[in-house]
Amino acid sequence: MSKNPEFVKFDKVDKSYDGKVLVVKDLQLDIAEGEFITMLGPSGSGKTTCLMMLAGFETPTNGEILLDGNIISNIPPHKRGIGMVFQNYALFPHMTVYENLAFPLRVRKFEKDEIDKKVDKALSMVSLNGFESRMPAQLSGGQQQRVAVARALVFDPSVVLMDEPLGALDKNLRESMQYEIKHIHESIGVTVVYVTHDQSEALTMSNRIAVFNDGKVQQLSNPAELYEKPVNSFVAEFIGENNTFNGEVADISGDKCKVKLSNAEILANPISVKLKGDKTTVSLRPERALIEPNEKMDNMFSGKIEEVIYHGDHTRVRINLLENPEFILKVPNSTSNLELKVDQEIKIGWNSSDARALDPK
Amino acid sequence: MSSETQKILTTDGVPLEVSLKKAEKRNKIKAFLLVAPLLLFLLITYIFPIADMFTRSIDDRMVTNMLPKTFKSMEKWDGKELPSEEIFRSFYEDYKVLAEKKEHGKLGQRLNKEKNGFNSILKRLFRKIKRNNFDESIDIKEQITEIHRHFSNVDYWRAIKRTAPPYTMNKYLKGMDMFLDEDGKIAQVDEDRRIHRILWLRTLEIALFVTIFCFLMGYPIAHLLATLPMKYSNLLMICVLLPFWTSLLVRTASWMILLQQQGLVNDFFVMIGLVSDDNRPEMMYNKVGTYVAMTQILLPFMVLPLYSVMKTISPSLMRAGKSLGGTPFTAFWKIYFPLTIPGIGAGCLLVFILAIGYYITPALVGGASGTLISNQIAYHMKTTLDWSFASAMGLMLLTGVLVVYWIYNKLVGVDNIKLG
Repeated sequence: MSKNPEFVKFDKVDKSYDGKVLVVKDLQLDIAEGEFITMLGPSGSGKTTCLMMLAGFETPTNGEILLDGNIISNIPPHKRGIGMVFQNYALFPHMTVYENLAFPLRVRKFEKDEIDKKVDKALSMVSLNGFESRMPAQLSGGQQQRVAVARALVFDPSVVLMDEPLGALDKNLRESMQYEIKHIHESIGVTVVYVTHDQSEALTMSNRIAVFNDGKVQQLSNPAELYEKPVNSFVAEFIGENNTFNGEVADISGDKCKVKLSNAEILANPISVKLKGDKTTVSLRPERALIEPNEKMDNMFSGKIEEVIYHGDHTRVRINLLENPEFILKVPNSTSNLELKVDQEIKIGWNSSDARALDPK
Repeated sequence: MSSETQKILTTDGVPLEVSLKKAEKRNKIKAFLLVAPLLLFLLITYIFPIADMFTRSIDDRMVTNMLPKTFKSMEKWDGKELPSEEIFRSFYEDYKVLAEKKEHGKLGQRLNKEKNGFNSILKRLFRKIKRNNFDESIDIKEQITEIHRHFSNVDYWRAIKRTAPPYTMNKYLKGMDMFLDEDGKIAQVDEDRRIHRILWLRTLEIALFVTIFCFLMGYPIAHLLATLPMKYSNLLMICVLLPFWTSLLVRTASWMILLQQQGLVNDFFVMIGLVSDDNRPEMMYNKVGTYVAMTQILLPFMVLPLYSVMKTISPSLMRAGKSLGGTPFTAFWKIYFPLTIPGIGAGCLLVFILAIGYYITPALVGGASGTLISNQIAYHMKTTLDWSFASAMGLMLLTGVLVVYWIYNKLVGVDNIKLG
């Protein structure tokens, strides 16, 4: 069975609430069938608006949304057949777990025994068998969450939307739920559009991530690429930790460029700089810089340790390097640990291919 | 490891348990002292008056106190045959005392209510006593029965015996258009004299319809209030509350201005050609006036509890209902509406109970066909001065309210009420 790569399609969608400000600008996004795609971004970046437009609670100001090739902009929410998990679960408080799950089936006029079968299947999917007669208020947050997921899946929708479904859970539960949702997605192959502002959640769960900012998709790619190869400084900053140097391109040739900082010159990988004299922000992941490297690296500088913070599995070291006092290094706590002290001068090196020269901040 | 549980002591050697209890007790006393003024206030203004009303409504000691000897000797009389000489004699003695104190008239009136004609034969007895025509040394029974043949009629003596208990349910029976007949059985008054039952039914009917009207009008308003953005909902809230802050009398009077035959509403109807000028409908001094004015006045009592419940219903529930495939109507009917039931219950109960005892508005705009039971109570308190009857009806009203409350509790559950 071939999967439709444009199962959900946002075609040049604009959205404005007040006619003055566009909260979503010219959105072009294709979601493949069976894909787990996450819309990630800070609050107010337009990601929830996109989800609401897909669910049918908001209408696009411009452009069309297509589901399996059909324009759905004029179809009301209850006819779209899209499952949705809400931020605060939105379980019906006056109905039991069974009735909550049976609701979408009853409105679709399913037979009683078929409802029973489907509810049972959905509950076993989230391992909540035996909770049928409980009221939502009698369940813990995690259990309510699972009921909400089961309810969104019970009527076999082609797409399931999740609007920050794990936001209200504590950290441990959130992590285990992330895996659970991921496994459910893998086992039933439904298309999931997931909205979150938590980048680690996005990285853990998704096939692809669309990073939103300012009503636009900044980058759409798989988690590894998003982390390793951010295309602009917003994405680099938003996903994971990041060390930056602001400067000007002094020389550019092939896959290397020289960036002139206020007091030094570093080599970097030109991503969005084209010409000599361009302003740029060089981004470098903390774990790509090494202390006293054994091999030869094309960037080698020395800096003074400002702060050492013990984190259990690793140690964070803040260094004043090339007049950037916020330069962070992560040192794994291995057996051959280095003696690190504040005010110590150390040598730090990194490869120019890891230092990405992006658009200026 | 020792399995023995040791008694935990505080630093001054007192067991912790004891000193905790002490502290708790002190807190309880403090809390009680705080509510004591309110408790006292309630006792004086609420419990005592109700208790007083209750004793007043069943109090029938007047005859009991007037004829102490008679009732004592009547204790063993079975009421089948004419009483014995002993009973006649004690009645004669009691009556003589009353005649000397000039209180015999009241007895005559009271007994005449039990049995027609009593007053006149007692007056004859009084005249005979006045003239000192009794020879106390011989048979009193014979001398009394000589006065009038009714004195040898056992029915009259039974009427006296019926007034013996110090308490009576007569007032309550009267409130339901019933009375105790001569055999002590409950009987209905003649059909053309049954005014109270009509009033009770009308009170229930008006209260019920006012509740329904308030619900039909209040539900959308409350929904709007709960869902509109803050700046509009505040304005609307003031519109709802504004009549609430206006005096009841002023509001009722303004309805009179609006609804009278030459009033603004009728003028408007004539102007748009709905009715002709010489055929203006009467909208006041009948049920229509009572309905309109009471619905408007009681509307806030419906809107406020509904609003407070609707405010807590997350809008995402309706969205969830729709996204799961429910039409907007299904989502409303299966999800939103059931969640507002506590508010509906509270609002309806509040409006119904207030409406059932409403007084000023029906008195002013109700006319003859729009008055309620409370107007009748007021009439007896102010005009006939039959306070015990007014008390009895007041208590019947109170009982009615409690019954409504009980039924409501059975149907919806009082725990489900949410007033705010």
